[in-house]
Amino acid sequence: MYKLTDVKKDYAKGRGTVHALQGVDLEIADGEWMAIQGPTGHGKSTLLQILGGLDRATSGSVLLDETDLTRLGEGSMTKVRATTIGFIFQTFNLIPTLSAQENVETALVPLGVSAQSRKARSAEALASVGLSDRARHLPTELSGGQQQRVAIARALVKEPKVLLADEPTGNLDEDTRDEIIALLEKLWQDKGLSMVMVTHDTAVARRAQRLGTMRNGKLTVKQKVV
Amino acid sequence: MFFTYLWRELRRRARQAIFIAIGLALGIGLVITVTAAASGVKNAQASVLHSLYGVGTDITVTKAPTAGSGGPQSFGFGLNTGTASRPAAGTKIDTESLRGTGLGTISSTSVTTVASTKDVAAAAGGLELTDTKITGTIPAINSSGGSGGGFGGGEGGGSSGSGGQSFRSSFTPTTFTVDGVDITNGELGPLSTSKLSSGATFTSADTTAHVALVDSDYATSNKIKVGNKVTIDKTSFTVIGIVTAPSGDTPPDYYIPLTVAQTLASMKNDVNEIYVTATNGQDITTVASAITKAVPGTTVTDQDSLASQVTGSISSAASLANNLGKWLAIAVLIAAFLLASLLTMSAVSRRIREFGTLKALGWKSRRVVFQVMGESIAIGIVGGVIGVGLGFLGAAAVGKFAPPLTASLTSGTTGTATPGGARSFGGGGGFGGGGGGGGFTGGFNQAASNAASTVTEHLTAPVTIAAVLAAVVLAVLGGLIAGSFGGWRAARLRPAAALSKVA
Ligand SMILES: Nc1ncnc2c1ncn2[C@@H]1O[C@H](COP(=O)(O)OP(=O)(O)O)[C@@H](O)[C@H]1O
Ligand SMILES: [Mg+2]
Repeated sequence: MYKLTDVKKDYAKGRGTVHALQGVDLEIADGEWMAIQGPTGHGKSTLLQILGGLDRATSGSVLLDETDLTRLGEGSMTKVRATTIGFIFQTFNLIPTLSAQENVETALVPLGVSAQSRKARSAEALASVGLSDRARHLPTELSGGQQQRVAIARALVKEPKVLLADEPTGNLDEDTRDEIIALLEKLWQDKGLSMVMVTHDTAVARRAQRLGTMRNGKLTVKQKVV
Repeated sequence: MFFTYLWRELRRRARQAIFIAIGLALGIGLVITVTAAASGVKNAQASVLHSLYGVGTDITVTKAPTAGSGGPQSFGFGLNTGTASRPAAGTKIDTESLRGTGLGTISSTSVTTVASTKDVAAAAGGLELTDTKITGTIPAINSSGGSGGGFGGGEGGGSSGSGGQSFRSSFTPTTFTVDGVDITNGELGPLSTSKLSSGATFTSADTTAHVALVDSDYATSNKIKVGNKVTIDKTSFTVIGIVTAPSGDTPPDYYIPLTVAQTLASMKNDVNEIYVTATNGQDITTVASAITKAVPGTTVTDQDSLASQVTGSISSAASLANNLGKWLAIAVLIAAFLLASLLTMSAVSRRIREFGTLKALGWKSRRVVFQVMGESIAIGIVGGVIGVGLGFLGAAAVGKFAPPLTASLTSGTTGTATPGGARSFGGGGGFGGGGGGGGFTGGFNQAASNAASTVTEHLTAPVTIAAVLAAVVLAVLGGLIAGSFGGWRAARLRPAAALSKVA
């Protein structure tokens, strides 16, 4: 699925430069679930953004299947995000003015899906996260767990190959966290997704097939001992 | 999705949206009101000018009198020109003359030249004349009348003396004005504003006939009826019709055929005013300058330049609408645009994560920008609609509460007086004096026209379709400007902004 070679990412910060990624090598197989842990500010989100085409590496190559994301133009990059990648955020990031179902529909807008099929597919996606009865609710009328379910439906309604989740349970209480992880695990299995999940939670990380640790912009990967 | 999303967002920040819309509405309402008031003033001016000037006349061509020619200063008894001697006491005076009135003469061929100028639809010559008749007896004089000034002691001038006064009172001057009108171009010229109240008007057979039309006011005060005989320059004319000029007009007392007038005044092949209609009403200024080139040495007056001669509250209203009103409207509009832009920018700043998320979901920058622009254009349209409403209210208020406008014409269009003429009557130059300054007739005419050409017009402020369209364009433009600031910001956002710490 992914093959990263010596990926570096620098941010200009004031007068200086932050070396957020300092040469990451990583391979992720199709259908694999990988968890990434590590202290705050050590580059986890940066890596995930580069995997998801939300940002570009400063150097190195990021192969997604056969395409090198570092060489893509803006238009193609947008297309990759629209078709191939599902992204879940710690802060859910639902559009506050749109209902649950409309939020899911926003993921289908760039695909040029007809309004009718957009509605049908969104309703279906909401059903798959168990929220059919909340379709018309606004985000503010939903609990944190419900909001993240809507976000998961939104990430998966386009049937992406990859699901990237940046601390998806970071804003949730423990019970809800377990529900969400269980849901993600089920969907991962059902849909044969590749999944990369950043998490602080060791209990969650342990369920993944592989566990990476980011420290000072470098990634060390441990094969999970079964 | 576009409209759902747009509508929800506007509802979410309804207060801000309404605030922006009202700001734009105020600006647009003001633009419409000012435009309407300005065109109302312009209409009022046009109707004033038309009543002073003639419907269908876009331009007039006149010529300033040259010294010693055609002007009124040469009027005299005929027996004293160039001499300092006075006629003997007891001499009976009965003299009448028909002269051009304070205007220079223009050759008839110039009428043809003007008529063939580009974009001129028609041109008609006119001859404005004053008939002056003086009867009386030369009295005995106990003191000298003054060496330079002739007989004219004057109430208004410096050399007033009892001798002058008594001298003057022994004469009865009567003057009336006569316009020679081009019968073949009847729709142009001094008759064009008048209405026939009895009798008939000129026909093409009247070119050389001694027939006259009489102004209704003059006819009333002199008890003249259709069919009467009147004497103009010792020549008998038959009155064939009585015409009424619009209020505020300064009509001549008589209208006679141009050719007849030219013969009587010994001004064959001369006119002193040319009335011009342009083919294209929009392009008067260009036509005017073309005429100036074609007939050098003439004064070409179009309505715009004429408007600058109009004083009274109408001209203050014009400058109010055109200057203060315009700048106020522009200032308010700019303020509204700025406000809209700033608020839209800040609204976008508060939605960084939202737009970042949409980009992370694969929305093209363009789509996000459209969304932002759509929102502010929608606000602009609402502002435009409210603004048009406000504009209609404002225009109605202008029509309802504006005081009536008055207009006075300061310098002559109907061939009244040159400055010299105005000065001379009461002053040191006298009629009949050897070297007197100006005309007698001029003085009379000036006084008469000053009294008559103050016109009152009620101001209406018509809102035109064009103004409404312009307002809608402005509203959309306001939205567009505000939206492009916001949109520019949104366009620059990276998808990674979805993970930004600020909400
Ligand atoms: N947009 C940015 N501009 C500048 N510095 C950034 C930006 N994003 C992240 N960083 C810096 O890069 C480093 C890695 O950040 P991040 O990947 O968010 O860490 P993590 O997700 O592991 O907490 C941090 O030092 C952070 O301050
Ligand atoms: Mg992070």
